[in-house]
Amino acid sequence: MTSSYSYDVLILGAGLAGMRAALAAHAEGVSVALLSKVHPVRSHSNAAQGGINAALTDRGDKWEDHAFETVKGSDYLGDQDAIEILAEEAGQDILALEHMGVIFNRNDEGRLGTRRFGGQKRARTFFVSDFTGQAILHVLYEQIMKAHLVVFEEWFVTSVVKDDHGHCAGVVAFDIRTGGFSYIQAKAVIIAAGGLGRVYEPSTNAMICTGDGMAIAYRVGAPLMDMEMVQYHPTTLKGKGLLMSEAARGEGAYLLNKDGERFMESYAPNMMELASRDVVSRAEQIEINEGRGVDGCVLLDCRHLGKQIIQERLRQICEEAKTFANIDMTEEPVPIRPGMHYIMGGIKTDVHGRCWDLQDKWGGVPGLFAAGETACLSLHGGNRLGANSLLDTVVFGRRAGSCAAAYAKSVEEPKVSNTVAKPDQQTVQDLLNRKNTGDTVAAIRLNLGMTMNHHLGVFRDHEGMIEAQTAIRQLRDRWQQVGIHDKGQVFNTSLVRALELGMMLDCAETIVLGALTRKESRGAHFRTDYLHRDDEDWLKHILLYAQGEGTPRVDFLPVRVTQWTPQVRLY
Amino acid sequence: MHTTFCIKRFNPELDTPVPYFQEYALETEPADTVLDALIKIRESIDESLTLRCSCRGSICGSCGMRINGHAALACKTKVISTTSGEGTVSVEPMNNMPVIKDLVTDMAGFWEKVQQVQPWLQPDAPEPTGEYLASSESMNHLTGVMGCIMCGACVSDCAALEVDQRFLGPAALAKAYRFVADPRDSVGHSRLFELNSPGGMWDCTRCMECIQVCPKGVGAMDRIMALRAKAIDEQVPSTCGSRHAEVFADLIYQKGRLDEPMLAVRTIGLNNMGQLLSYVPTMLMAFARRKVPKSGFFHRALPGIDRIRRLFLKVRDLT
Repeated sequence: MTSSYSYDVLILGAGLAGMRAALAAHAEGVSVALLSKVHPVRSHSNAAQGGINAALTDRGDKWEDHAFETVKGSDYLGDQDAIEILAEEAGQDILALEHMGVIFNRNDEGRLGTRRFGGQKRARTFFVSDFTGQAILHVLYEQIMKAHLVVFEEWFVTSVVKDDHGHCAGVVAFDIRTGGFSYIQAKAVIIAAGGLGRVYEPSTNAMICTGDGMAIAYRVGAPLMDMEMVQYHPTTLKGKGLLMSEAARGEGAYLLNKDGERFMESYAPNMMELASRDVVSRAEQIEINEGRGVDGCVLLDCRHLGKQIIQERLRQICEEAKTFANIDMTEEPVPIRPGMHYIMGGIKTDVHGRCWDLQDKWGGVPGLFAAGETACLSLHGGNRLGANSLLDTVVFGRRAGSCAAAYAKSVEEPKVSNTVAKPDQQTVQDLLNRKNTGDTVAAIRLNLGMTMNHHLGVFRDHEGMIEAQTAIRQLRDRWQQVGIHDKGQVFNTSLVRALELGMMLDCAETIVLGALTRKESRGAHFRTDYLHRDDEDWLKHILLYAQGEGTPRVDFLPVRVTQWTPQVRLY
Repeated sequence: MHTTFCIKRFNPELDTPVPYFQEYALETEPADTVLDALIKIRESIDESLTLRCSCRGSICGSCGMRINGHAALACKTKVISTTSGEGTVSVEPMNNMPVIKDLVTDMAGFWEKVQQVQPWLQPDAPEPTGEYLASSESMNHLTGVMGCIMCGACVSDCAALEVDQRFLGPAALAKAYRFVADPRDSVGHSRLFELNSPGGMWDCTRCMECIQVCPKGVGAMDRIMALRAKAIDEQVPSTCGSRHAEVFADLIYQKGRLDEPMLAVRTIGLNNMGQLLSYVPTMLMAFARRKVPKSGFFHRALPGIDRIRRLFLKVRDLT
């Protein structure tokens, strides 16, 4: 089929990873388009508050230290060759962002200033107040406008398309504003569609984070890796669970229990509040479970930092506490609790963003790439350090963009049948035609989120996870029956939510299966029935392959260790 | 508490696609935002209610809409702050842009105007090997305007845009200021030159709506005023706008009060007789409606003008 749209490189998602990839591919001289279900500046990269890590050698910092702390943070599940690249190339990417126009905070000499973040002994986090993600996202979009790149704004991808040889040939997607389906031809597709936070309820993630990227890659044959590794952020605001940046603790805030004790002393005597996120979240949950919490929460106390620091460096969360909890952070501690925040797992890629599989060849879908939270190299292993996610997006977004451009130059235009968009179009039409049963997408979605939060949260065990697995199967049956009320073509958000729910159910299944498979406790995956890390049997990644309607195939891949042999992890 | 939401709806796929209001009664909690309420309506009463929303934390800028007649982010507006307990809240799509469906507007025009100000850093080549040196104050100052999330609230409620769609509008101008005030940008002067054209910085009528409705405290109008001050400092060619500001100040110094006929004459200029004459009917109408002061069209200096001038000079020295 010939398509009215044809590009060398098509990027799904226009957050930091997607836009960085687009700029890198554009720099190689290939034709590039971005596609996103929202306008690029509405992407969830906005929400990254605290900063972006880099060890700059001219500051007396060493990238090896940053790499080691990332490895340790990952509870030794991160692949060390990928982490070395992340840490070594960090400096150049931060400078590139600065040159594009990011207004990073400065020190007294007019050079880039830093703050401290969790799991790290040095201050190596570069930042813009406490809206670093937003500040970078808007600058990258400035660069997209400068380059006049094509953006399919408010388009929804229903599937990745393969040609007769099984190579990636583009996507089928519809324009949310008209409902019209198209096949968009591309030699290479980079999935940079972000995380899956909404699979959980509550979550710090925006409502658009529904794991679409992972689900469409999984369905087309790319393996998902380490899906059991779900990060709970230690400081999410009571109520709706909005994020209170780690920057607060980076600036020196305390965590207190109901007796006013800095309880981290008993869990991480050296790093205290700045231990890695999995450690702090577990500590908080134990305090709450053992009755030392305050109304299901613990307290984040910033008062001693003083008004000036709070207003200059923590402006956004100060505003957030005021708006959403009616608390003046300068006067009162803020009630917070651990909340679902990030997924370390995702689409398995190599260090160039290629969706390779086990045999070190493109066995899955040649031409398919991924970057950012959607991808899993693995950089973050069992637990991601704060301010490493923004870094991940720019370093590996750039690398994926360059590699995809080179790949696109080396292959012929893909050919697919004329009817390639038909099946998805039919699925959507069937969904619209379905009778309303009284059940709703919203109800299924809420049920899914509560189930995941209940059974696949900070603490997990076999029975709970089996219960979740059964529940998800039932929810899938309901999803296959549920009708939607809006039958229109134009901006049908009910339809979008129904399709998203399908993606979320796929993701949820893989999270549960990964978690049931990993019979140890490592990083964010803590099983009360397997209390310890087991390097002998489990220093390996878990890969899941979709098998149509059947049970996914499980495979394993050893962790790549270069210079740091696993040690006992203490903070 | 019991709240009624009166929502302006529009479905382009109806046989007669005209906007209409629909009321929804809802029990709301004190902590609920308008977005929470709209989602409750969507999930429990009417699934077809269409809006954009994503982050729930006023950072993504998706849920700009008019609440009780003023643009706001639904996720940042508490229901309780819009009603006195039991009441009605009106919710409409943003103004000054076409509506696609219900509360969803077409922001293409908004982005075109942003694109017009060439919103990307244009530094002097070549790039330094390290970072650009910049003062901490200059970067901190820019966080104010970089805080803009492009939600469109200011554009929705801009009074100048309502009468003249060519006006760049507050969001694009604030974005332009972000570069003019960035010490790393090297083309500030030509940016000001561009913004000096019709539709640019002089078309703001200073109604302050953009400051009032901005959910992020960007203060677009203040940025526009800063652009104007900078343009006058950098001596970009004078326009009606800049002359208006200068003549305004000079007349206060000369006469101690605003001399409107003289303001018009000196701003437009005697060499532009055609435009001046076009104001005659307005003047006559003002006269007929007794909007002209007793002293007539010609204003004399106020008594005690020396004291006013001393005050004027003191203020000028302070600023």
